[in-house]
Amino acid sequence: MINTSEILQTVRMITEEKLDIRTITMGISLYECAHPDAKALYQRVYDRITKQAEHLVRTGEELEREFGIPIVNKRISVTPASLVAAACGDPVVVARAMDAAAKETGVNYIGGYTALVQKGMTASDRALIASLPEALSTTERVCSSVNVASTRAGIDMDAVRLCGQAIKDIAEATRDQDAAGCMKLVVFANAVEDNPFMAGAFHGPGEGDCCINVGISGPGVVKRALEREAQGQPFDVVAETIKKTAFKITRVGQLIAREASQRLGVPFGIVDLSLAPTPAMGDSVAHILEEMGLEMCGCHGTTAALALLNDAVKKGGVMASSHVGGLSGAFIPVSEDIGMINAAAKGALSLEKLEAMTCVCSVGLDMIAVPGDTPASTIAAIIADEAAIGMVNSKTTAVRIIPAPGKTVGDEVEFGGLFGRAPIMRVSPYSAEAFIARGGRIPAPLQSLKN
Amino acid sequence: MEKKNTAVVTVVGKDTRGIIARVSAALSAHDANILDISQTVLSGMFNMIMIVDISLSRFAQLEEELSAVGQELGIQIRIQRSEIFDAMHRI
Repeated sequence: MINTSEILQTVRMITEEKLDIRTITMGISLYECAHPDAKALYQRVYDRITKQAEHLVRTGEELEREFGIPIVNKRISVTPASLVAAACGDPVVVARAMDAAAKETGVNYIGGYTALVQKGMTASDRALIASLPEALSTTERVCSSVNVASTRAGIDMDAVRLCGQAIKDIAEATRDQDAAGCMKLVVFANAVEDNPFMAGAFHGPGEGDCCINVGISGPGVVKRALEREAQGQPFDVVAETIKKTAFKITRVGQLIAREASQRLGVPFGIVDLSLAPTPAMGDSVAHILEEMGLEMCGCHGTTAALALLNDAVKKGGVMASSHVGGLSGAFIPVSEDIGMINAAAKGALSLEKLEAMTCVCSVGLDMIAVPGDTPASTIAAIIADEAAIGMVNSKTTAVRIIPAPGKTVGDEVEFGGLFGRAPIMRVSPYSAEAFIARGGRIPAPLQSLKN
Repeated sequence: MEKKNTAVVTVVGKDTRGIIARVSAALSAHDANILDISQTVLSGMFNMIMIVDISLSRFAQLEEELSAVGQELGIQIRIQRSEIFDAMHRI
């Protein structure tokens, strides 16, 4: 029997320390929907998603109520749209069907307006990248990603150049909303096929018909545990405390994932062990790093602190779930983390430091706002740098960057809700134009030859 | 983990007359059977944990009634399926 202090601990984690399940994401394969006719394609995609995810939101709400834990988001990811739309030739049709299906099923975001182009681009991939400004400015809930690099294939620099330009164009197309369209596009290296988190979620080509993936959360719980149990203690104690806490958090994720999969009659995919922050007070990854003894996130020592955190979360979480996958690591989205926002606003956290931090945690330069006059080639070069880190270190990296029109260093962009706000960060004023103009592929590194 | 049909009710708030009576009445009205109670009052704060069998109850209705009782008495009442506690604290 569970004892009183254990019960109270669980209740405290949920009520005071903001423990929640960040997302239940249903992955749905759209292979069967491909059709050369645009109308038929639209209908097939819409029908497939709305039928499969009919009970997703209701089931999520039932689980919230019965287990007494908030499930912040219910979402859908689908097969990369460039594959589904290849026969038709117009990927925007798929985006519209996805958006309508998301509204019908009640999910707040649907991911998978995606192209996987690490080795090269098909006509459909090119059409999808070219359509991004239209697709992301005319739909509301569709999220997009482009995988431009992998350890196996190297970096597709043509795709990197196109993505840099697309981001500028999306910013322009959603100018009246402070370039909010850019929040819905992630440019990846080594993208994973079962990521439940937006905006980068898609249902990979190697996935089955349908599955349930769950993303956990809980930076607040980790920080409070460190305050209580590891104050002034050596790092061994810090790491142990994080591990134990991550185990507990992940067990809840596993429970919810299993229950959701059972009730929906859909196989369980993975639990993603990422610590995902929100802009709310007491839900910050940056504050965990500061709890370890850093005056401000971004100062020297931040990379080491993040490396420890990221590793301990994985070690604690891995035994708590039967299948761990997705991105699984700490997230450091600037606008979505109150500690990161403060550090960036004070100038303690620079783009360069963030880049270093992405070497040791999951994902990469996430929710970064830069001046509106940043050239497309500079954005492409930022993507190339991140892709290189991912490629060489055999890890996922990503760029989700917002060149806010009309804004410059010292200004701030307000996105609202879970997306938070972002101080505009300084980029290098020197040009990478000629570097990006070369195109072609950066060859895969030696570590790709593992066979 | 086997499927259990028990839930944990936690009640926290300023002590007042009739908390146990009201909570028990609500549970009984929804066919929930109390298996275990532990309760203390510490410097005027009422704390109670109940383990209840909910095999015969409709969870949503029971939860609604308990939170209504909580609102009326100005205290917090939560009911959660016990699997979440087992998952977190037992391997």
